[in-house]
Amino acid sequence: MAQEAKNQDLPPLVTRKAVKTKKELDLLLADKGIRYYKEMEVFPVDTAALKKTLDATCKSRIRTWLEICAHCSLCADTCFFYLANDNDPKQIPSYKIQSTLGKLVKRKGDVDTQFMINCMDTAWGKCTCCNRCGMYCPHGIDMGVMFSYLRGLCFSQGFVPHEMKIGSCMHWLYNAQMDVTVEDYVETCEWMAEENEEYYPGLEIPVDKVGADIMYVVNAREPKHYPQDLAEAAILFHLAGESWTVPSKGWEGTSLAMFAGDWACCKQQVEGVYAAMERLKVKRYVGTECGHQHRATITEGPYWAGRKNGEPPAPGFHYVEWVLEALETGKLKLDPAKKIKEPVTLQDPCNYIRNHGLTDVTSKIMSYIAEDFRPMSPNREHNFCCGGGGGMNGIGRYRQQRNIGMKVKRDQILATGAKFVVSACHNCWDAIRDLEEVYKIGIKWSFLKPILLEMAIVPDHLKPKEE
Amino acid sequence: MYEFVSGPLALISFAIFFVGIITRIVWYVKGLDWRLDRVAYSEKLGAGIKGAARSLFHWLLPLNRTTANHPIFMAVTYLFHICLVLTPIFLMAHIVLIEESWNISWVTIPDKVADYMTLAVIAAGIFFLIRRLTDPNVKILTTASDYIVLAIALAPFITGYIAYHQWELGAGYKSWLIIHILCGEIMLISIPFTKLSHFVLFFCSRIQLGMDYGIKRGGMKGRGIAW
Repeated sequence: MAQEAKNQDLPPLVTRKAVKTKKELDLLLADKGIRYYKEMEVFPVDTAALKKTLDATCKSRIRTWLEICAHCSLCADTCFFYLANDNDPKQIPSYKIQSTLGKLVKRKGDVDTQFMINCMDTAWGKCTCCNRCGMYCPHGIDMGVMFSYLRGLCFSQGFVPHEMKIGSCMHWLYNAQMDVTVEDYVETCEWMAEENEEYYPGLEIPVDKVGADIMYVVNAREPKHYPQDLAEAAILFHLAGESWTVPSKGWEGTSLAMFAGDWACCKQQVEGVYAAMERLKVKRYVGTECGHQHRATITEGPYWAGRKNGEPPAPGFHYVEWVLEALETGKLKLDPAKKIKEPVTLQDPCNYIRNHGLTDVTSKIMSYIAEDFRPMSPNREHNFCCGGGGGMNGIGRYRQQRNIGMKVKRDQILATGAKFVVSACHNCWDAIRDLEEVYKIGIKWSFLKPILLEMAIVPDHLKPKEE
Repeated sequence: MYEFVSGPLALISFAIFFVGIITRIVWYVKGLDWRLDRVAYSEKLGAGIKGAARSLFHWLLPLNRTTANHPIFMAVTYLFHICLVLTPIFLMAHIVLIEESWNISWVTIPDKVADYMTLAVIAAGIFFLIRRLTDPNVKILTTASDYIVLAIALAPFITGYIAYHQWELGAGYKSWLIIHILCGEIMLISIPFTKLSHFVLFFCSRIQLGMDYGIKRGGMKGRGIAW
């Protein structure tokens, strides 16, 4: 009783608005989702606002998709959740979207709290927005796009997983998915350059260098948890003789706001990166080994920022594109004797393969680094989601569902016979790490950078002088 | 009665059908929004057209993974749609009627072939029905309208078959002919207002997704993905 009375004095955690202050963020972080989901159980739906949003944003494309779905179930076996849950019909993409967004549209937003919680649990807990189903639907119905849209509706009503609410708040406050400030980032860059300069004379991480060829943008996890990744990127650019820079403001390429469905925040986030491109007058953008960084900043971002041609101010490249170019042009040379001898497989991330057409790039890189490359089946644009995409990895409420979903990836890896998985995507990397933790199949996993660095030939003029 | 259903009612049905499908197309295109859909439709029209063409090519022909993964279902589906569209358009008896009314005509298919095509439509329809009733994956998705739509699509073929073969079946040729025409008209009128609108919206949806992939999702990079 006393506890309840105390809770009533606290400001609410579930709100229809995005959280934009440090105070509110701290409350959310301290709560760990317990009071949050309790509050949600009784949080009312603003049906008038929902109807208004539907009228304004649910146009012919989505309405047509919902209407012409032939209910044929051909999308069933395209979804890894369906396969991992022993062909449970409730996991058919069409069923998942018709029972949530489909009903929401039919009822013109006149739905209750339980309905919205079910929408949330489906949009985040049963779909990673990998867009695989859309590729197999004869009518061209992309349920991933619709689930992303549904996430936006859920967010606007306050029905969003705890960690996603926090994620979007981080972007509002720090322009990054984590509490890393511009000062923290620049300091990390300086630290990493100093740390490695001894082995690579002349190594630098140039911050805000105007007119550089490449503007390199990272995932906040790198400066926060794996600063070595930043050093590896710097060394590889250094060895390849690139003119490059990192921006101070606008250094973060990812967007948990995209996973959260907070579209206003998505806009603010990419505009910061675009401003950096314009300020530094760079020739092109290269983003780190992260899938959704590319999807958010290069593929979807231009539209959030209102860029009519659908392009960022400077052409956008994923790290794997730069790597392949450096290998093909010989800017970066690898020692063939150091190729990985053991069987190795590759995780093709949905966000830049299926959703940005980089179908063959990473496989081509594999021919430079592996003697026995064993692609997964299916692969490239037909590959399955790692199981942790779309924010799934970070949401405690759906941990069990995610672990079940990962069975598909586990079996794909096992079928290759390889015990080494290359993954040029943070989310995939995490999912594969967790997969090993849960299923213990005896695999190791790696980003590309450490592998490349291990094999890279250092040109004579860049070698440390012998004392 | 025959004069009425084959005369004014037919005209009204065709009018509703044509105005209806044109309205659906116009509504669809007008509802596309580069910003909401996040596709630069007009700014990148060239890449969009390429993507749309690729999408139609791979799906109008059985050159897609879904056909490879579900060959039987897709074969039945292709056969069903081809026969359903072509039979009424090229049936001798239909052309004769059109020639009598408007003095225009075109090539016809032999009655024997049309007969088999009609049977193919009916057989495929029964296949869909059984699948809907028995497959748990399809059952969970099925609503009453799915059965109604299937019945609307099959009725003209079943009644046409009965009428052509002059089976009595308690009504006689003339009655079956009238029922057949009515069924055809119900189908025409239903197309713009039901799921049968995929008659045109299939093309809209495929073109849209093709443009999405052609413009945004990598169509301008790499080898392009067949969506």
